[in-house]
Amino acid sequence: MEQTLLEIHDLSVSFRMYDRGFEQTDLQVIAGLSLTVYPGEIVAVAGSSGAGKSLLASAILGILPSNAAVKGQLLYKGRELTPALQKQLRGTEIALVPQSVEFLDPLMKVGAQAEGHSRTAGSADKRRELFRRFGLPDGTEKMYPFQLSGGMARRVLVSAALMTDAELIIADEPTPGMSLDQALEALKMFRELADEGKAVILITHDIDLAASFADRVAVFYEGTTVETVSASDFKAGTLSHPYSKALWRALPQNGFEYERK
Amino acid sequence: MALEARNVYFRYNKKSPWILEDCSLKIERGERLAVLAPSGYGKTTLAMLLSGYLAPVRGEILLDGKPLPKKGVCPVQLIYQHPEKAVDPRWRMKRVLEESGGLKEDMLPAFGIERAWLERFPRELSGGELQRFCAARALMSGADYLICDEISTMLDAVTQAQIWSVISEEAERRNMGLIAVTHNRHLAERVAERIVDLSE
Amino acid sequence: MKKLNQRQKTVILTVIMAVLLTAIYVCGALIPDEAVNGSFLDAGQSPSFAHPFGTDTLGRDLLLRTVKGLSVSMTVGLAASVISGVIAVLTGAAAASGSRLADSFIGWLIDLVMSVPHTILVMLISFAMGRELKGLLIGIAATHWCSLARVIRGEVLQLRDRHYIAVSRKLGRSSAWILAHHLLPHLTPQFLVGLILMFPHAVLHEATVSFLGFGLSPEQPAIGIILSESMRYLTAGMWWSAVLPGLTLVLIVLLIDKLGDCLKMIIDPYTVQE
Repeated sequence: MEQTLLEIHDLSVSFRMYDRGFEQTDLQVIAGLSLTVYPGEIVAVAGSSGAGKSLLASAILGILPSNAAVKGQLLYKGRELTPALQKQLRGTEIALVPQSVEFLDPLMKVGAQAEGHSRTAGSADKRRELFRRFGLPDGTEKMYPFQLSGGMARRVLVSAALMTDAELIIADEPTPGMSLDQALEALKMFRELADEGKAVILITHDIDLAASFADRVAVFYEGTTVETVSASDFKAGTLSHPYSKALWRALPQNGFEYERK
Repeated sequence: MALEARNVYFRYNKKSPWILEDCSLKIERGERLAVLAPSGYGKTTLAMLLSGYLAPVRGEILLDGKPLPKKGVCPVQLIYQHPEKAVDPRWRMKRVLEESGGLKEDMLPAFGIERAWLERFPRELSGGELQRFCAARALMSGADYLICDEISTMLDAVTQAQIWSVISEEAERRNMGLIAVTHNRHLAERVAERIVDLSE
Repeated sequence: MKKLNQRQKTVILTVIMAVLLTAIYVCGALIPDEAVNGSFLDAGQSPSFAHPFGTDTLGRDLLLRTVKGLSVSMTVGLAASVISGVIAVLTGAAAASGSRLADSFIGWLIDLVMSVPHTILVMLISFAMGRELKGLLIGIAATHWCSLARVIRGEVLQLRDRHYIAVSRKLGRSSAWILAHHLLPHLTPQFLVGLILMFPHAVLHEATVSFLGFGLSPEQPAIGIILSESMRYLTAGMWWSAVLPGLTLVLIVLLIDKLGDCLKMIIDPYTVQE
């Protein structure tokens, strides 16, 4: 059998939260989630917002807040993902495209941020090429984050992740604010990376876009993946779980319907 | 009866480049319009100008031929792209809705707002749930025009469909003018009768 | 027994410290002046059961004097921090919401005050204002507001640009309403924590300046006075007259500082879930 890049078995994430006063409650945000990623593929994780999709990324990278409790098994290339290994891998073998554009350092020029801290002779050229492909105008690299629009900032974030030679890229909602062309360009680059044998986890709610580029779509609902289908099945609407069906029907091009409660 | 942007120019200061140049737009009451443009085209700026959050450097924003009122409840309300930034994090949701001038509890079911959510703090709700509150707040203020700036970009398709259905119904019932600012052509075609493409 | 969680521990610690500090303060205030007057028969005794901190050269019980002294120091410290805190809020808010000119003037003023060592400035102002309680209060109040003012300024600047403030205005709310309902609730915790963290500084500076002779007059049982008197008799072997009151002062200051940290932990959203 082919070597998996990432295996997630029965992952649960919960938060210890203070209620009013001193009562502590455990808030379960991810429950019994399993996902397998093979080299050379894009797996889209799509589903309702606020369901904990972003926390999946944090759990893989080991950057959850301190009051979070993680259960279950995470394997990277067959090795258990311990906190020490996560620390070693993130930014080198596993790269993140964060969801919020506020992840950019407001006091640093975006060109330098995209090139990263392990700058070599070739990085500037590589960065220029990425910016060009994303349609970021010349001079963007000399700007500070507040001078960029939301879509531009997001393209900088994607460029920064692509600058690393990561085996696994976790892209958390990389496309909002981008035009269709730019979003397509970003996804095309993810596709190229995957074709080189790397892998991309694409966390998104823009399902139709994701389905056009991903190999498989994992539908995420209430803290877990309710089903994982091939992208072509998803596009055709060949789905079995009620939530996946509802999601598909709610797309503006598929009926724009929702179930009234 | 119309909301109009007449030859509007905008930039943040004299050294920065123009974000909007000579932009004109007009919408009648009862009309549903979508403004379509790629990122970096000044969509959000235009939305902020039309709702009076920003003032144009040149040109004017006119409501029924007069400038937007500076005091009192603004008849043009904006629903913002990031709902979590549009509510005071220290307030309970009930208070957030009451800020509109009056909490109309009978409107809540239509927005899919559960009664229990009223006692929660913003951080205890998801983006989709918060956006319902922001939409409800804007509609409860009794606005005549509603400007929706990428309000469903961060939401999943089911939530998106639900929020838009409430807004469209409410806008129709009250004969409001509705501007949907978006980058999604499918969505624009669904919610609007007329589409203005800024990139053309 | 159930294991206590962090928040419970912090709250219990806070309450204990607050009670202890209040107790010292109240005790000191309740001790009548006559009780401190000793007799020369008891002069210069080392610590014993009857006088746990020993007595000074005039035969006064040093524990009573220390507690009373701390009480005076805490009054001065509290009053000075509150005045300083009010100055900080006013200047900070004015800098953030006023004109650019006001902002740069206040920024310049803060830099000016901060560039001179506190102790020297407190001494100078206290001396110029006629020393005693009044001079000392003015001296400490006039020097301790700077860092809190900066915090408040930054906070107001940040809050002012929040989208929900703009929304509030579009929903017809006045500036005064927004100040009372949106801005002040955000500033209050910052202000309280800043105030409590300022308090130990004020107490220490009071003690220092009194010790050096630029603050309270020698008749008053302030901790700085006790320390400066005892310095003269240290060589005579009366170690207790300086060490014990001094240690108590350090403990109290640390206690207040810890109280501030605990309070910050409870209020501050970044640590509240720990």
